[in-house]
Order: sequence, then structure tokens, then C-alpha cells
Amino acid sequence: MDSKSITFFPEQASSIAGTVDNLYLFLVLISAFFSLLIAGLIIYFAVKYRRRSDADMPVPAHGGLLLEITWSVIPLGISMVIFAWGASIFFTESRPPADSMEIWVTGKQWMWKVQHMEGQREINELHIPVGRNIKLTLTSEDVIHDFYVPEFRTKADVVPGRYTTEWFRPTKTGKYHIFCAEYCGTKHSGMVGAVYVMQPADYAMWLTNGGAQGSMSQRGEALFQQLGCVTCHQADGHGRCPTLVGLFGKPVEIQHGQVVNADASYIRESILYPQAKIVAGYEPIMPTFQGQVTEEGVQQLVEYVKSIGPKDTTGAGAPTPSPLTTGSQPGTAQQRATNPTAITVPGKR
Amino acid sequence: MITATPTQHEPKNYINSDYGIKSWLLTQDHKRIAILYLIVVTAFFFLGGLFAVLIRIELATPAGDLVDSNVYNKLFTMHGIIMVFFFLIPSIPAILGNFLIPLMIGAKDLAFPKINLLSWYIYVAGGVFTLYALMRGGVDTGWTFYTPFSTSYSNSYVIATGLGIFINGFSAILTGLNFIVTIHRMRAPGMTWFRLPLFVWAHYATSMIQVLGTPVIAVTLLLLILERGLHIGIFDPALGGDPVLYQHLFWFYSHPAVYIMILPAMGVVSEIISCFCKKAPFGYSFIAFSSIAIAVFGFLVWGHHLFVSSQSVYAGMVFSMLSYLVAIPSAIKVFNWTSTMYKASVEMSTPMLYAIGFIGLFTIGGLTGLFVAALGIDVHVTDTYFVVAHFHYIMVGGAIMGFLGGIHFWWPKITGRMYADTWSKLSAIIIFVGFNLTFFPQFILGYLGMPRRYHVYPPEFQVFNVLSSAGASILGFGYLLPFCYLLYSLKFGPKAPANPWGAVGLEWQTSSPPISENFEVTPVVTQDAYQYSTREEVKVG
Ligand SMILES: [Cu+2]
Ligand SMILES: [Cu+2]
Repeated sequence: MDSKSITFFPEQASSIAGTVDNLYLFLVLISAFFSLLIAGLIIYFAVKYRRRSDADMPVPAHGGLLLEITWSVIPLGISMVIFAWGASIFFTESRPPADSMEIWVTGKQWMWKVQHMEGQREINELHIPVGRNIKLTLTSEDVIHDFYVPEFRTKADVVPGRYTTEWFRPTKTGKYHIFCAEYCGTKHSGMVGAVYVMQPADYAMWLTNGGAQGSMSQRGEALFQQLGCVTCHQADGHGRCPTLVGLFGKPVEIQHGQVVNADASYIRESILYPQAKIVAGYEPIMPTFQGQVTEEGVQQLVEYVKSIGPKDTTGAGAPTPSPLTTGSQPGTAQQRATNPTAITVPGKR
Repeated sequence: MITATPTQHEPKNYINSDYGIKSWLLTQDHKRIAILYLIVVTAFFFLGGLFAVLIRIELATPAGDLVDSNVYNKLFTMHGIIMVFFFLIPSIPAILGNFLIPLMIGAKDLAFPKINLLSWYIYVAGGVFTLYALMRGGVDTGWTFYTPFSTSYSNSYVIATGLGIFINGFSAILTGLNFIVTIHRMRAPGMTWFRLPLFVWAHYATSMIQVLGTPVIAVTLLLLILERGLHIGIFDPALGGDPVLYQHLFWFYSHPAVYIMILPAMGVVSEIISCFCKKAPFGYSFIAFSSIAIAVFGFLVWGHHLFVSSQSVYAGMVFSMLSYLVAIPSAIKVFNWTSTMYKASVEMSTPMLYAIGFIGLFTIGGLTGLFVAALGIDVHVTDTYFVVAHFHYIMVGGAIMGFLGGIHFWWPKITGRMYADTWSKLSAIIIFVGFNLTFFPQFILGYLGMPRRYHVYPPEFQVFNVLSSAGASILGFGYLLPFCYLLYSLKFGPKAPANPWGAVGLEWQTSSPPISENFEVTPVVTQDAYQYSTREEVKVG
């Protein structure tokens, strides 16, 4: 990143970058028009009607209702167009496509830790293939951070205690900035990194170079054994706790007849705060695993639970999230801890 | 305020009516209290400005070479806290509003003179707390105090600073209450609501926000202090709290707070434009009601600060749309001010230059508000320099131009002295140019993706940072000029007549400076505000 010729736009390196820039340019034009209109009128009036002598008297103009309505309604109309345009971009940005490749990102003061499904891990770097939809699931170990890639025109806060998501489709190979955009303490400006967008073949090569020891779900399975989860959560459902086989993405009935979706946030919560939601018909006997498992370990456990989830999730069988029917925002950058996540496609890998 | 030594012929006024430090520190005269505020607020302005200068010097180069990251973080935090809570919020209301509201409505004083003095002491006490935190090593959370960083991770003086702001809030509440009661109960005979100057309408709307909004920030800060001090889990997820809840509470106050800063400036601008056009503002009632509309709608848009915070998508959409609605009353004001100049008798005095500067900067600030309210763009530019530029155009471009315009407009009334015309016009132009050079490049930086609150930044952002720092040096010089020539005018400026600008408000009908009781006899109002003598009437629309 040498100091090239002066530019006013970051590179357009994602599928939405162009859309965002178009709206931006539209707004620049609107703003230029109104700024010049106001400035022009003020200068014109100031010169034309300048006071030439002390005897100079103005001509009063009594407010015209028509004029007031005109200059209220026109800006209102324009701003509603901007609103709708901006909201439609946002809606796209907030809903990761179902075929997205998933990557886990954990922020902590002051670094980014990335886990790929295949098991590769990296710090302050993110390697991804060009042309694929990428969905990041983000969380923080401490304070709020924000994962920002200007060249992709998107960012999402990384909030401790919950999963948020962010997705993009890189359209251009290259190296781009990762910035932490939410102030997070001393080395906030040092919490930066690079996204490497690669040709799919190069990416496949890169995946094999990592020397990763098992995929995320395999590591999750190992943790599942190691932490003793398996003693209660038996596969055949005869343990003292509900079985986790076929659970992922399904609705679960908890106490008081409430129903929650068994998504990543729910699984994370059940591991760290097991008393928060008790499955109907079971005793609240599970101990918390806070302090015994890291955020990354939890992510591996989630992937393990996902891997033993319902087999038919590629299409109709999956709980297709619809914001209108669930009243929440599946798989959005704005995901609350209790919302269902978007469907995933375990069959891919 | 050492004005001319009294001679035999010097008429009595509020300044020479009594002498000695005690007569000032125990005064109940709203005009003297306004002067007390002026002194302290000015001191805070230059302190906050000093931090800004250090920030801009640091950012002239990509590397962190002037100070280390901890110091840098404290600099922008203290800059924000001092400028927002101890300069911008009290500036126009507590100084000009305090001085002028009773004069403009034909009253002897505010409704509660003792509470008015108490407000000043509370303000000073809050300031002392904050300065104490600063002396002990400062605070590094940003003026926004986002949790859980502020409650569980920051190693700085969060509680002392929070208490300072908490205490200071009561000053704003009491001032707002005082204004509301005064405007309701103390108007001179014949001063009906629709004869009130627009400055008074703007302050009425501001006071509503202060009274209704400030308690929320006070409670929020208290909760923050409880969590930090006693580890009661409210915001930190590790303690079972919700960090985004804090952001909702914080912005529920802090977005309306922007209107506490800008509405009074709009009131000032309405007065100045009318006076130097020698005619009534176009659309008086539209300007008046747009102030009220801004105050009401301003409470409904806080969620636009949380578009990427994990707030729900649908909440984001509602807040985005409401943010556009709150822009309309501001647009109405700008169009009405501009139309006032049509067929007017325009005099380019110093206050008028500031008022026009206000319109220019506020227009750019407002229009860039359309960018950040657009969800799809905000995801890209939020937490970048685009937002920094946007709110400085509103809060510095808007509020400070309004403040300086008001100070220049009423200076003869407040002090009884005229300032140097050439110097004051020159400084208005320098400030306008310096401001734009400082903050316009930051829009570009923001769109390029430079995050805010970055001590160190990638080298490709340097060009625009250097431009911004160069602009800041011009701006800083511009702000020092009025300080010098206004002080100079106190001793050496020519004596001001009662009505140097030929304005028609009640405040211009009493002497300059006014007597302690404001008016020899209580005025009786028989006509609308802004009744300038004009030529034949024309009907528009
Ligand atoms: Cu950060
Ligand atoms: Cu706001």
C-alpha cells in the first residue's frame, strides 16, 4: 500500500461495494445541489439586496404556506428515496446467503483470531477465496470491537457474550485492510490486519499448508470427550441430559413452554450459562463451563453439535428462517443472542 | 469584567452597581451569572481546544510519535467530554440565554434567581470533579463511555469523570427548568407566545430536552459507576449484563443532546439574520414550531447510532426513517433563513458573517446527516472519520458559529463596548476557512475507511490528515483572535449605544449595559416581534 495517486474511494472488492458507492454518489450529487443552491441564493441576495444607505428599507414578504409546504415536501420525498435505497442495501448486507462459507472470528484486546472450518487458524489475517459468499460469525473475549473491511464496505460490531455475523462476497483478489472500528482501549489502532482474497485453487492450497490438526468439528468432538460432556449427553438419548444428535437448528421446548431455536448462540449459552434455558423435562443439573473452555473451544463444540445435527439440512428440511414469521433477524449482522441463525450446509465439507 | 472606571457621569448599570468579588460570586442577577458562566465556559473551551491541537499535531504523521497510545486516547476522550458537557451544552443557553431571556420577554430576572446561581455552582463543581480526574491521569474511554470497556477494562479515572458529568447534569436541568418557568410566567404585559423572539422559542425547546433528557444520562452514568465500583452486573456480559443496553441509554440522551447544542444556535441565527436584513424572519411560526418539532422528534432517533451494534435489522430501519423525518424541520429553517434575505436590506456586519457561516456549515453538516442516516452507507462510514466530520460540522461549525455570532451580536449590550470591526470580520472569515480545511478532508478520509480514535494509521491516509491538521492550525488561530480583540474592547473599545444595530427586540430598548433591574419601567408589548419599518407589503404564495 504505497502512497499512490490520491483517490476518494477505497477499492471496490466486494459484491456490494459498487451498490454502496452508487448511493453515496447519488447523495454527493444531492448534497452538492442543495449546498450550491443555498450558497448561491445567500450570495446573490447578499449582493443584490445589500444595504446601500441607512434609508434603505426592505420589502417585507409574508410567509407563504404554499412555499413552506413545497420546501418541506420535496426534501421529505428525496429523503424517503434515500431511506428506501439505504435500507435495501442494508437488508442485503444483513442476510448471509444460505450457501455461505462459514468462518469464525474472535476479537480480543488487541488481535483477531480466525478459525476456518477445516481447522486452519490464523491471527490478524483472513484468507478467503474470491467469488464465494463468506459468512463470519464474530464474538469477543473482552470488550466490544468491530470487524471492518473498507474495501468490502461492511463492518459489524463484535460483542462479548453474543454472536454477530457479517457476510460479503469478495470480487477481486488482493490484500485488504482489517480495521477494528469500535474503540477498544490502548491499542485500538493496532488491532488491524489483512484480508487476503485468493483464487479458489490458491485458497485450497493454502488450506492444506496450515498443518491444522483436524477440522473444527473434530476438535469439538475431542473437547466433548475431554470435558466429559459425553457422559450426560449420550447419543442414544438415555443419559441424564438431552441428546445432541439431530439437535442443531431445530426448535427446542424449554421451561414454561417456551420454544427456542437450537442455533449457535443457544449452544454457546447452554455451555457457559446452562441455567439460562432448561430443556423441558430435564433437571437443571448441568454445571457451567466458564473458565474451562475458551471462546474458540465453544466455537469448536458448536461445530461438533452442528456436525451431528439433522442430516437433511440442505434444502426443504432445514428450518428456513424467515424474518416475518420468526419476528427476528436470522443470520444477520444484527443478530441477538437468542435469535436463530441462518441455515448451514454441513454437506459441503 | 473590568470595564471603564466609573465617573460622575457614568450611569448605573448591572456591572458597576456593586463592586468586589463577593458581589459577583453571590449575585442573583441573571446578567452577572451569565458573565460568570462566560468566564468558566471560555476557559473550558480553550482547554478542550488545546487537546484538539495536540490530537491534530499527532495525526499529522501516520506513526504515533508525539504521545503514546494511552495518552492519545486520553486526549480525545478529554477533548470530547470537555467540549460536549462543559462547553457546547452550557455555552449559548447558560451565557446568552441567561443574559437575554429576561430582557427579551421584558422581565426583571429569571423566575428563580437563587437556583440560577446554584446552577452555576453545580456546573463549577462538576467541572472541578472532571478536572480532578484529568489531573490524576485522565480517562481513556472516549466521551461515550462504552461498556464493558468503561466498567471492567479501562484503567483510568472513569468514576471521577462520570461523577463530574453526573453533577454537571443537574446544572443543565435546573437552568432548563428556570427557563421554562420564566418563559411561561414572567412575560411582560402584551408579550404573547407568538410575539416571542425566535431565540426564546429555541431556548424553550432546548430547555424541554434538558429537563427531560438529562436525567437519563444521569441515571445511565450512575449505573455505570455502580457496575464499575461495586461489580453489579448491568452492562458487562461477564457479570450477566448487556453491553448494548448501555448504548441505548447513552444515546437516548446523547442524540437529543446534539439539539441542546444546535437549537440555541439556531435561535441566535434567527435574531441576527432578522436584524441585519431589517425585516421579520420569513415564516416566523414555521421556524418556531420546527424548534419544537426537533425537540420532540429528537428523542425518537437514538437507535441510528446502533446500526452495526447488533441491534435488530427492523429497529435499524425504523430509526433510519425517523432520522430522515427529524431532518425536515432543520431544512425548513434553512430555507426560511435564506428567504428572509430576499428583498431585504442586508448589512454584512460581523454577526451576519457568523450567521451566514452557520448556515453554510450547518447545511453541509445536515446534508451529510442524510449519508449517515442511510443504513447501507452508515454500515461503511460509521465509526470512521466521516462521522467525526459530520458531527463537527453540526456541533463546531453550527454551534460555535452560532455562539460566536451571538457573542458578537450582543457584546455591545452585555459589556457596553464596541469591538474592532475589521478584526472581527477577518476572524469570522479565518474561522470559516480554517474550519472547512480542518473537517472537509475528514469526510474523504472516512469514506476511504480511516476509523476514528486511531492513534496510528496506514500511510495512505496521510495526505488528508495533513490537510486537516493544517486547517486546524488556521482554525485555532481564528478562535484566538476574538478572545484578544474582545478583551481589548472591554477597556479600549468605544462605548456602545443602547441599540447599535438598529434592532427592534426589547433587549435593545434598555441601556447598554442594562441596569440591574433590566428596565426602568416594565415594558408593555403592543406588537409582534421584528416590526421593522418597511416599504409596501408584498404577498408571496
Ligand atoms: Cu478497537
Ligand atoms: Cu444521533
